[in-house]
Amino acid sequence: MSTAAPAEVQAAATGDSLGAVLRARWDALKGGDVGSLPVILGLIGITLYFTSKSDVFFSAVNFTNLIGQMAGVTVIAIGVVFVLLIGEIDLSIGYVSGLAGVVVAELQVPDSGHQYPGLVAIAAAIAVGAAIGALQGSFVAFIGVPSFVVTLAGLLIWQGVILRQLGTEGVIGIQDAYINNVANYVLSENQGWAIAIVFTVGYAAATFGMYLSRRRAGLSTGNVILSAVRVLFYGALVFVAVAVCNHSRGVPLVGLIMLGLVVAAAYVAGRTTYGRHVYAVGGSAEAARRAGINVKFIRVTVFMISGAMAAMGGVIFASRLNSVDLTAGSGTILLDAISAAVIGGVSLFGGRGRVSGALFGGLIIAIVANGIDLVGYPDSVKLITTGVILLSAVTLDTVLRRRQAAAGR
Amino acid sequence: MSAQPPPPTLELHGVSKSFGAVQALNEVDLEVRDGEVMALVGDNGAGKSTLIKCVAGIYSTDSGEILFEGERVTIHGPKDAAKLGIEVVYQDLALADNLDVVQNMYLGREEHDLLFRLKEAPMEQRTAETLSSLAVTTIGSVRQPVATLSGGQRQSVAVARAVLWNNRVVFLDEPTAALGVAQTRQVLALVRRLAEQGLAVVLVSHNLVDVFEVADRITVLRLGRNVGVYERAQTNEQEIVQAITAGKAALEEEEEEQEEEVVS
Repeated sequence: MSTAAPAEVQAAATGDSLGAVLRARWDALKGGDVGSLPVILGLIGITLYFTSKSDVFFSAVNFTNLIGQMAGVTVIAIGVVFVLLIGEIDLSIGYVSGLAGVVVAELQVPDSGHQYPGLVAIAAAIAVGAAIGALQGSFVAFIGVPSFVVTLAGLLIWQGVILRQLGTEGVIGIQDAYINNVANYVLSENQGWAIAIVFTVGYAAATFGMYLSRRRAGLSTGNVILSAVRVLFYGALVFVAVAVCNHSRGVPLVGLIMLGLVVAAAYVAGRTTYGRHVYAVGGSAEAARRAGINVKFIRVTVFMISGAMAAMGGVIFASRLNSVDLTAGSGTILLDAISAAVIGGVSLFGGRGRVSGALFGGLIIAIVANGIDLVGYPDSVKLITTGVILLSAVTLDTVLRRRQAAAGR
Repeated sequence: MSAQPPPPTLELHGVSKSFGAVQALNEVDLEVRDGEVMALVGDNGAGKSTLIKCVAGIYSTDSGEILFEGERVTIHGPKDAAKLGIEVVYQDLALADNLDVVQNMYLGREEHDLLFRLKEAPMEQRTAETLSSLAVTTIGSVRQPVATLSGGQRQSVAVARAVLWNNRVVFLDEPTAALGVAQTRQVLALVRRLAEQGLAVVLVSHNLVDVFEVADRITVLRLGRNVGVYERAQTNEQEIVQAITAGKAALEEEEEEQEEEVVS
């Protein structure tokens, strides 16, 4: 059924010149579409404050420490992003991470009859997390139990399982080198540089590839100079981060794991059919169903991603402590992870937000905790500050959304 | 031109459907041909929505047959309907607000490579081409979220989606119900262009002004039964209103003859 109309492509209405792009961006900003601007400004503000209060805060050593401190929560927050994108919630992630720590620790106990190589134990822990996610997701997808309730039950159940498993001794030490390396291994200087090069080249190649395919299709390509500046900026950021780490002990392996997971998850969410369907289910489950998307499959698998990411975070926590104890998965892990995703701009109502939000949110939460510890404020201040930041982030988002709606965006 | 006209693209014959004691459809007939806009009108509870859902594969029929290009087909689910090229554009639109125009047009049928990577460029290109072929020019950028579009633009996107997938038969369920005057005109013009592109269009509507503006023929349902099929050129609003509200009993015999002509 060909049409007689000429294939006159009317792609993006805005021009590609630098001025036009910047003007469009400025208009969007006035309309309330601020992107990641508040997060970046917040990061700068917090950093300046703690730098003025503590001599150690703005140092290479502390920066390297910060990566280790943020990794666990950030990795868990990646899973939270997916769950929030489909408009659900997962309250079990804290204790799922704790349980994964118990699994990985249990499976490496020497002479226990079930001692496995470290990597196998890690894989098993992640599989357990994914299986828990599949179980909880099934209740949500097939029976229709609200995810809040299912995962609240999970929160209780998995805490109980942890207590039961650790009951007699209360702690399992981890000797396996592979497991302990997850959070404690530091890359050599050259490995660090290699990562920076691979990241920058990969990012540049992806950007250039997209430019080429759009140009071939005769579509608006955006401003080339601006794209180049973006590649240079992020590339430079990674090189500076590596340089700072190398000035201290070197790039922590866990930083690479965290960044790798963020990039992989961002790719899945933003560039694949699966990710597109996740956003669709979050935007309108009914529209997704009518479009032939298997909504139940999406829901179950998203909870599996959440469980698997929580488990990976739990492995990182266990590795960091070289042990698991009765407090595994407890404390502020759950709320920190959800806060990280929300501060990073992921909507609680589904369909809006990006995976990179987990990274920014995780960074803010870790910097606040780190800075407050260094300055020597008590824990109460840490909790109150994190709470205030969370509330401000969500309030700002709500206000901006109303403004966006008013501006017809 | 051959002596015998080709069979209708889609033909329903004696279709019945009941929910418990309620007979929603009773021996209903409907046909639509390529390049034709067939209006389906009737009061609330006449069975329009049930009929659509039967064709879309959401309900199964109790009895009667569905013919596609003269061949008997069975529609057991939405997938069967899609395979035949039957698309239903529902009243509440079925667009995801958070996704942009391209993403909605391709929702559930995205183009991807072996790694399930989305092929954004060709999708965007074809979306723009499809919209311009339908003369939908009011949408500024195909990369803006549909949440930012007006009701008429949203409806246009939903209708254009039917064209993008080379469908043969398009059912439009009350496409102008929530629209203002200018937007209604836009969408009606779009409906007309669908037929001009060779599709068989079934327009379900309450609004007789709309119906008389774009339809070639009008099928009237009342309480789950056919009242009749009318050529737009040979009828008027008053007659249709009478058919909708009072049914066959109030009409003269001429209408019965007219109906027989069409069915044969």
